[in-house]
Amino acid sequence: MWKNHSKLERHSLLLVLGILLVVSVGGLVEIAPLFFLESTIEKVKGVRPYTPLEQAGRDIYVREGCYVCHSQMIRPLRDEVERYGHYSLAAESMYDHPFQWGSKRTGPDLARVGGKYSDAWHVQHLTDPRAVVPESIMPPYAFLAQKDLKVDDIEARLRTLTRVGVPYTETALKNARADLAAQVDPTLSGASLARYYGEKVNRRDFDGDPERLTEMDALVAYLQMLGTLVDFRTYKADAAENLR
Amino acid sequence: MSAPETQNDSGPVPTTGHEWDGIRELDNPLPRWWLWIFYASVVYAIGYWILMPAWPGLTGYTRGVLGKSDRAAVVEQLSELKTQRGQQNARLTQASLQEIESDPKLQAHALAVGQSVFGDNCATCHGVGGIGSKGYANLRDDVWLWGGTLDDIHRTLQYGIRSGHPQARFSQMPAFGRDQILTAAQVGDLTEFVVALSGRPANAAAVQRAAPVYAANCVACHGPEGRGDTLQGAPNLTDKEWLYGSARQDIKAQIHAGRGGVMPAWSGRLDPETVKALAVYVHANAAGQ
Repeated sequence: MWKNHSKLERHSLLLVLGILLVVSVGGLVEIAPLFFLESTIEKVKGVRPYTPLEQAGRDIYVREGCYVCHSQMIRPLRDEVERYGHYSLAAESMYDHPFQWGSKRTGPDLARVGGKYSDAWHVQHLTDPRAVVPESIMPPYAFLAQKDLKVDDIEARLRTLTRVGVPYTETALKNARADLAAQVDPTLSGASLARYYGEKVNRRDFDGDPERLTEMDALVAYLQMLGTLVDFRTYKADAAENLR
Repeated sequence: MSAPETQNDSGPVPTTGHEWDGIRELDNPLPRWWLWIFYASVVYAIGYWILMPAWPGLTGYTRGVLGKSDRAAVVEQLSELKTQRGQQNARLTQASLQEIESDPKLQAHALAVGQSVFGDNCATCHGVGGIGSKGYANLRDDVWLWGGTLDDIHRTLQYGIRSGHPQARFSQMPAFGRDQILTAAQVGDLTEFVVALSGRPANAAAVQRAAPVYAANCVACHGPEGRGDTLQGAPNLTDKEWLYGSARQDIKAQIHAGRGGVMPAWSGRLDPETVKALAVYVHANAAGQ
């Protein structure tokens, strides 16, 4: 038996098949269970799919490559928890496609930036980062406030997400454009928005210009909800099923 | 396959039988040291499977004999940190704000905590050390929109300003120009009136025209003499502190659009004792009321 490996080494096709077999065993054992193990995603209250406006903001976040410098993953390490807040849960990114965990922090982690600053601060900071953080090296994104948000394809965008498992209902999809408008304009009825996404959704004009719906509105709406969905007063971090 | 041997410095070595132009391919065994490290890592892996969380199953995964958990570890480290910070931190939780301030040792501790937390969370808007900038209040002077006593500051920190928290401080200056409550001419006159209030030379005719407008629209919050009202976050218009700028165009813009800054609520984000320490820090920094 110890001599038979020479057969494998001398037939390239056999070797390729052997490698595939071994690697796929590793993959199957390590990755496949994550898709059906019930314990992968913590059971928490409050996590919901993104509202149409937040999803539009998220698409801008991805388009501008914010993830290149900002992570959205607070690791269970003392220093990170001290600085950013509770470590990120798997449940908090269960509707993220693609996820924005990132692997590089040129800027700070953004997993819990929601509610930490005012809308006006975000607008000012995105327009001219050095106006509020003198030592910042972030590029300015002033054009976001000048660019009208593209809303006509929002229903299609959300529908695409349902294909990968985000549970938007058919009526929520049909209402997506109206819900998007209702989130930036508190004078419109927010009943539908509240029905699909809950009462806690931030509803206001985010970019300080009520006359226009800009990409800045969408991005700030997205930033302001990051990490705010789970109520950690009711989350049992030390319960056995939540330990990893 | 035949494996004829050949000779090298250390004795006979098998060859693979391949030969190209007289060059033979030797079939040397793997170096022993390499092989033993390989075997050792196999043994290590088996030990690791037993001791640490490793193998996934159908409903869960093996937890490992040691019961290691990153998440449990961080909870433990955080509670260790609390112990390290010692008695003083525990006392912060119990003592009232006034007690913290009057006990020099406790105050020193609160100031140290406050300074580091301020840098992480507050300086982003209020500037390094709290010097403020346009739209963000200066916390080093003795001018306070919502009151500068220790309790006022503590409350503002806990619930924020226009933050959406049910107990947040809230007021909204009307957008007199944008919402067409006043005409453009009236807004212009009022601007002169406000400039005059702050003791600067202004157009006397405009000031006179604006007086009844001020009395009808502004007095409720800013007071008859323009001294403001900290219960409503209405700034004193007679001093030299201007949140949105002191120039005529800044004042006019504010009457036109009635901006109101938002400060987040910190009670859910920071520990109660940390918020207390911050209040003491901000109060001490400003030599507050």
